[in-house]
Amino acid sequence: MSTAAMHNAPSPVLARVAWRDPKRYLWLLGLVVPTLPFIADGLVHLTGLGAMWFFGPVLVFVFFPLADLAVGLDPANPPDGAIKALEADRYYRWCTYAFLPIQYAGLVFACWLWSSGELSVLESIGLALTMAMVSGVAINTAHELGHKRASLERSLSKVALASSAYGHFFIEHNRGHHVRVATPEDPASARLGESFWMFLPRTVIGSLRSSWELERERLRRGGSGPLTPRNDILRAWAMSVVLFAALAAIFGLVVLPYLLLQAVVGFSLLEVVNYLEHYGLLRQKREDGRYERCAPRHSWNSNNVASNVLLYHLQRHSDHHANPTRRYQALRHFGEAPQLPTGYAGMIVLAYIPPLWRRVMDRRLSEHYRGDLSLANVHPRARARYGL
Amino acid sequence: MTRFRCPACDYTYDEARGDPREGFAPGTPWSEVPDDWHCPDCGVRDKVDFEEVDEQ
Repeated sequence: MSTAAMHNAPSPVLARVAWRDPKRYLWLLGLVVPTLPFIADGLVHLTGLGAMWFFGPVLVFVFFPLADLAVGLDPANPPDGAIKALEADRYYRWCTYAFLPIQYAGLVFACWLWSSGELSVLESIGLALTMAMVSGVAINTAHELGHKRASLERSLSKVALASSAYGHFFIEHNRGHHVRVATPEDPASARLGESFWMFLPRTVIGSLRSSWELERERLRRGGSGPLTPRNDILRAWAMSVVLFAALAAIFGLVVLPYLLLQAVVGFSLLEVVNYLEHYGLLRQKREDGRYERCAPRHSWNSNNVASNVLLYHLQRHSDHHANPTRRYQALRHFGEAPQLPTGYAGMIVLAYIPPLWRRVMDRRLSEHYRGDLSLANVHPRARARYGL
Repeated sequence: MTRFRCPACDYTYDEARGDPREGFAPGTPWSEVPDDWHCPDCGVRDKVDFEEVDEQ
């Protein structure tokens, strides 16, 4: 290399010093969601309107999609030379840890409100839906923590899942979904022509069954049956049982129906995100019978800043599937990955309305496969509709 | 005793230590790890993808 070329080549050391993460302090905005029960309470007192207990779903389904449209895209990636230091910076970990105490303070606060007798049944349902947004987005936080090797983060992941009673997600996602993503065998990969409402029971039941099989197999290798205290699924569920029982003991049985409602709506929020992440995308089978390796083309991505900040870069989903243990702040945009027309927040709303979803997404999927939908993951009952 | 590393995430299976959490007691040779076993840390590489670690 000539001296001139050496001067022109960016030095990794210089890049690390010069580059500053533009999203560094934006990640703190992720803590707005767990604060929702307190925000809703403040809004009720400020406006005198009981409808403000519904503020959580309004924020997630109306304001977040609008924020994506208003703020727009940011495809910028950290330079390669900065990634190691970025991942090692513990500040980013604390942004995710801080979610948990706020999440549980909000849950206790909500139980206190439900038991106070000051809210009507409709207002209590509104508060349960607001709490559901917290528990649902907490699964995203659990997802970030659960992929890490450190045992502290894995334990915190299970704690974050306790309020939605979805502890088996930690097993199924890492050992099931990541292995079988974008294949017909994965209950959490949606198929072309499958509406969200058809997908929801399939993924909830299929993921539960699959997680149990994976855990049973792991324990069998160690010479044990599935009914043991070492079963991670039973341990995670026990955490939810203890949590709900303790809250019912302190605040009365009146809190139980609302706790159940927020758990079910909470994990359904996670499942609608599962729905849109791989809709219709398919890994092809190789000659040896194995599926081709998961590539950027097998996940739907988005660079919308608002959803990316609130979901810890979950929308940079292709890089996540290529490098599942990579920390959120270091996930990259890939030019070749299929892009959604807006952020996950807006796509969630579309997914709830299947005719709208099909109108927007089936065309995009067809373009992705250059019109050859035989390459897509198609719902068996919908094949005729697509001329297959 | 040999070690095998996942090329995606650097998880390493050490035959001497096994991986008791995964059901492989210390001393379990690599050949006894089932072929359909996936990397327990990242889940995106299978046993056949693992690389033997050169101890030199």
